[in-house]
Amino acid sequence: MYALEISHLHKTYANGLEALKGIDLTIEEGDFFALLGPNGAGKSTCIGIISSLVNKTSGSVKVFGHSLEQELIKVKSLLGSVPQEFNFNVFEPVNEIVTNQGGFYGIPAKIAKKRTEFYLKELGLWSHRNEQARTLSGGMKRRLMIARALIHKPRLMILDEPTAGVDIQLRRSMWQFMDEINQQGTTIILTTHYLEEAEQMCRNVAIIDEGLIIENTSMKSLLKSLDSEIFVLYLKDTISEAPVLDGFGRTLMIDENTIEVEVPGSLSLNDLIQQLDVQNLVVSRMRNKSNRLEELFIAITAKPEKST
Amino acid sequence: MTGANYWVAYQTITRKEILRFSRIWMQTLIPPIIMVGLYFIIFGNLIGQRIGEMDGMTYIDFIMPGLVMMSIITNSYANVVSSFYSAKHACYIEEMIIAPIPNVVILLGYVTGGVARGLCVGAAVSLVSLIFTDFYIHNLFIVLIVAFLTAFLFSLAGLINAVFANSYDHIAIIPTFILTPLTYLGGIFYSIKLLPEFWQQASMINPVLYMVNSFRYGFRGASDIELSTAIGVILFFILILFSISMILLERGTGIKH
Repeated sequence: MYALEISHLHKTYANGLEALKGIDLTIEEGDFFALLGPNGAGKSTCIGIISSLVNKTSGSVKVFGHSLEQELIKVKSLLGSVPQEFNFNVFEPVNEIVTNQGGFYGIPAKIAKKRTEFYLKELGLWSHRNEQARTLSGGMKRRLMIARALIHKPRLMILDEPTAGVDIQLRRSMWQFMDEINQQGTTIILTTHYLEEAEQMCRNVAIIDEGLIIENTSMKSLLKSLDSEIFVLYLKDTISEAPVLDGFGRTLMIDENTIEVEVPGSLSLNDLIQQLDVQNLVVSRMRNKSNRLEELFIAITAKPEKST
Repeated sequence: MTGANYWVAYQTITRKEILRFSRIWMQTLIPPIIMVGLYFIIFGNLIGQRIGEMDGMTYIDFIMPGLVMMSIITNSYANVVSSFYSAKHACYIEEMIIAPIPNVVILLGYVTGGVARGLCVGAAVSLVSLIFTDFYIHNLFIVLIVAFLTAFLFSLAGLINAVFANSYDHIAIIPTFILTPLTYLGGIFYSIKLLPEFWQQASMINPVLYMVNSFRYGFRGASDIELSTAIGVILFFILILFSISMILLERGTGIKH
């Protein structure tokens, strides 16, 4: 069953901006799905329509087979949403924000309080439960929104840049938490600007640009389409010039101990090490220069420069 | 979602609204009590003694129900307009919009919060009036029903104002330029029988006149307006504003894009 089915979805705002130009998208139940796109591409509009915060112009949306138009209440009960912007009353205590959300979903106070305790503990916010939300750090506020979105145990979670502004340590713990939720059966749609996050977490991906889906495939096949990758190699001995490597792309000398090599998809790292070995160059360490998905993303969404 | 779930949601919104104005009681409950206390001192005691009787009662007895009604009107309105606009402005109205509850539950939750504040302040002001005048109620049921319906009506009006407001200035415009003149010209401080014929007729289009007079009837047993007409007018306006509020919420006016 599809967790989400979108067909011919259009949205034109009152100011004439056509944010969505008829997108079609299906997401399988249990998927961890990345919805990527540059700023202003239409991601938030799409998410806004699914969460019924934005009125669509035309098209249809179904969540687990239920139509957003005809079964709005049912659809809402299946969805959990973590928006990009903080949207809670900052003067309310943390535990009240989460418990009240349970109340809005019709969950009796006793159960809502128990779940609040569970999720606040899971997300490391329990010690702050009685504090006003405005006193929390940016990362804590994001976790608070995740706890709030989980209170009614949604089957489909939409996370709109949940780790924006969160330090890397915390981000990793949030990834682990999101992965656990997904393992438990919750379908997750993630939008993020941290493409490393999408690459690591998501099984399928759609890229939206200028209101259209321009790529919709599995993360694996998207990454396979990448022709080459750039590696940075740290050499044991010093060199005076970049080695000549047969069959490899651009090879640059960064400094006397470091080179940068473009490895095409047709060759392996073993081939690279062998060629360096022949030239008596020993690699002490190496790393991937940049995120692979990032390279693809830039290539796919690149626009021709406007002449001035 | 069942009726029981909706009941939980309604209770949650109502509790949240009551907690909101209770937590800031220094801003929400005390100022109207002080203001009406000053009205009692100045218009009731100091000036009122020189005015003499009105409609067969002392002036302070005459204005007391109107002053209580004025507090109910302004506070029920202020509660919903400020609470709903703040929720809209800071986007936490989205917490409710995304939840599986019908708009009527959201509307009733906010209105109940406004009614609660209006009635709390009304009760407090009535207690303050004991310092200045004897407490006499002609018909408690009428007092309660008119107070409730008026608070309900102005809570709805506050919500409609909040839906259209785009800044904090906009939530002050209606109370300043419409609500206050209607209230002051609604027979709180005078009987419309004192007015020339034309202004008596003109006053009849002011809905606040019906509320003040029916409330005064509940307290004192005297009114310029027939009680059933007054209640009918209040119910008519409730029906109109309730329908408008529902249409606005269903459309997502001012809330959804």
